Amino acid sequence: MTGAALQVFAQLTVNGIAVGAIYALVALGLVLTYKATEVLNFAHGDMLVVSAFTAWGLITVAGLPFWAALGVTVLIAAALSYGIDALIVRRITGQPQFAGVMLTIALAFMLRGLVSMGFGPESRNYATPWTGQTSSLAGIAIADLQLVIVGVALAVTAALLLFFRGTRLGVAMQAASQNQLAAYLTGVRVKRVNSMVWALAGATAAVAGVLLAPITLVDITLWFVVLKALAALVLGGFGSIAGAIVGGLSIGLIEQYAGVYLPDGSKDVVAYVVLIAVLIVRPHGLLGEAHGKRV
Amino acid sequence: MRFDYNTRYRDSFALLRHADQRIAYALLAALLLALPWLASNYLVGELAYVFILCIASLGLMVLTGYTGQVSLGHAAFLAVGAYGHAWMLSQGLPLMVSLPLAGLLCGLFGLALGIPAIRVSGLYLAMVTLAFSVIVTHVIGQWSAVTGGFTGLAVPDPVLVGLSLGGGKAFYFFCLSLLALVLLALLNLLRSAIGRAFVGVRDSEAAAYSLGIPVARVKVAAFALSAGVTGLAGALLAHHTKYLTPDAFTLILSMELVLMVVIGGLGSLRGAILGAILISLLPTLISRVKPFLPDQIAKQFGLETFIFGFILALFVLFEPTGINGRWIKLRTLVQSFPLYRKDTFKRTKRYMKSERYK
Repeated sequence: MTGAALQVFAQLTVNGIAVGAIYALVALGLVLTYKATEVLNFAHGDMLVVSAFTAWGLITVAGLPFWAALGVTVLIAAALSYGIDALIVRRITGQPQFAGVMLTIALAFMLRGLVSMGFGPESRNYATPWTGQTSSLAGIAIADLQLVIVGVALAVTAALLLFFRGTRLGVAMQAASQNQLAAYLTGVRVKRVNSMVWALAGATAAVAGVLLAPITLVDITLWFVVLKALAALVLGGFGSIAGAIVGGLSIGLIEQYAGVYLPDGSKDVVAYVVLIAVLIVRPHGLLGEAHGKRV
Repeated sequence: MRFDYNTRYRDSFALLRHADQRIAYALLAALLLALPWLASNYLVGELAYVFILCIASLGLMVLTGYTGQVSLGHAAFLAVGAYGHAWMLSQGLPLMVSLPLAGLLCGLFGLALGIPAIRVSGLYLAMVTLAFSVIVTHVIGQWSAVTGGFTGLAVPDPVLVGLSLGGGKAFYFFCLSLLALVLLALLNLLRSAIGRAFVGVRDSEAAAYSLGIPVARVKVAAFALSAGVTGLAGALLAHHTKYLTPDAFTLILSMELVLMVVIGGLGSLRGAILGAILISLLPTLISRVKPFLPDQIAKQFGLETFIFGFILALFVLFEPTGINGRWIKLRTLVQSFPLYRKDTFKRTKRYMKSERYK
């Protein structure tokens, strides 16, 4: 490999990790709700949209500084997600998995409709403290925003891991997701804990949305990222936080490499090709837990 | 109350078993046949579109409602049918050859997706179909030599053995007769051995397998059949829109198809048709109602999306059997009028089998 080609490769790797960090955050949110309630939340992408528009409102209209806006958006998204589970999704517990898919698709439509009713069809943008700044490392240009994204994604993952290991609530969440009845009998308030998992997932969606929007645009089409996150989940296996991170980063890298080394237009589809290929070769994901289906 | 005596052998498998049913359906047929002369040209065109979506919805119902395989990417089959049909017409094939071929082509696509897809089920299958649909739309966008890419592809007017079907009325009757044909074929197929096998696979794969049903083959067959029927609808859709672009076959269309079968009521062909009628007329209905709404609501972009989601949520939460289930309840109420027992339709609690370890 010549020097220039190596540099292109390194640049792609950096970009891929930054995009992949976002995918990983979104996938992380999906895993949380899936593990707790076995509902695959198709409305997760629209929670990103809601967060991005909320952050836009807080930063551009209300004039809050970026970190404050991020904090407020996370709180709002968490509260909204808690409400969605406590008032709506909880009602279909016990119904076939398909009902969960349909209900979250319905919620996704409603959230998307509400956002476009509230903000109109035009896309927007907002500035972050790092907009337009780049650092360079060994000849590779890295946008500071990319560094922040990777840093925040790492921080969120570390915080979640510590939370699940070290706090009573985190342990209760793990217990409830492993066996609801047993958890209930040992005094875990399963319903409330599940809603809190939803709130947690909403918070990660808010972080991902607020960080993703400055790269793309504040737009309804942000929800498409949930499809990429699904590919990441399938690649990493549905059951684990580590899987979501590995899958997200891999999809981000694969996409960046495909954009340069594969024919035109393959960047947009390669994630889905990977999804199908992985499911056909290993129906439970690369790092998936192998277990038979109960009859 | 009504009792079936079945005095003759043929009675027990007649499609319409009672005089009142025959009268009702005859009236419906007469109305549909007379409608082009009673309604405005605009409405006739809309109805042709509704019939096309009914066919597509029937196609998805075979897969999702009868075989229990969720597909979130059926718009891909509509697209393949539409583009395949348009391409074959442009190569000079007559309509009567091209239309079945478009269905067949889609059936092959369904086979190609169905054979690998039997390895996965449930959520994973939903994701595979979703990804497949995204890929198909992108390929259509990129492959401009055949599909015209994002600039689009003009579809020639339909001509049936020298007879132009381009006009509103002729196309209406063409779509109506194809819908009737598909409906009759599916009605009969679904009560034959293969249809029973579909239902068996939906209700319990293990039980179906132990009864000697080749589960994998049945699933693939359902995929191919469903794709074929949907492709036929796609071919008709090409004539309705007259101009094909990949943007017409996005995930939103797939979602609308799923909405149709869920809102209509899974596991019934009547449901598929009712759902398709409701969903395809909803945008028109909303635009009719808009003038009566206060301005700040009516002018909003996104109102339709919200209402779609809201209706779907209501059905999932409160009437999982869909419009068809509601209709059967109403019918029973009328037929057994003073003696209606509400608990006849009480939902038995069914608990999801967890996919976790135990």
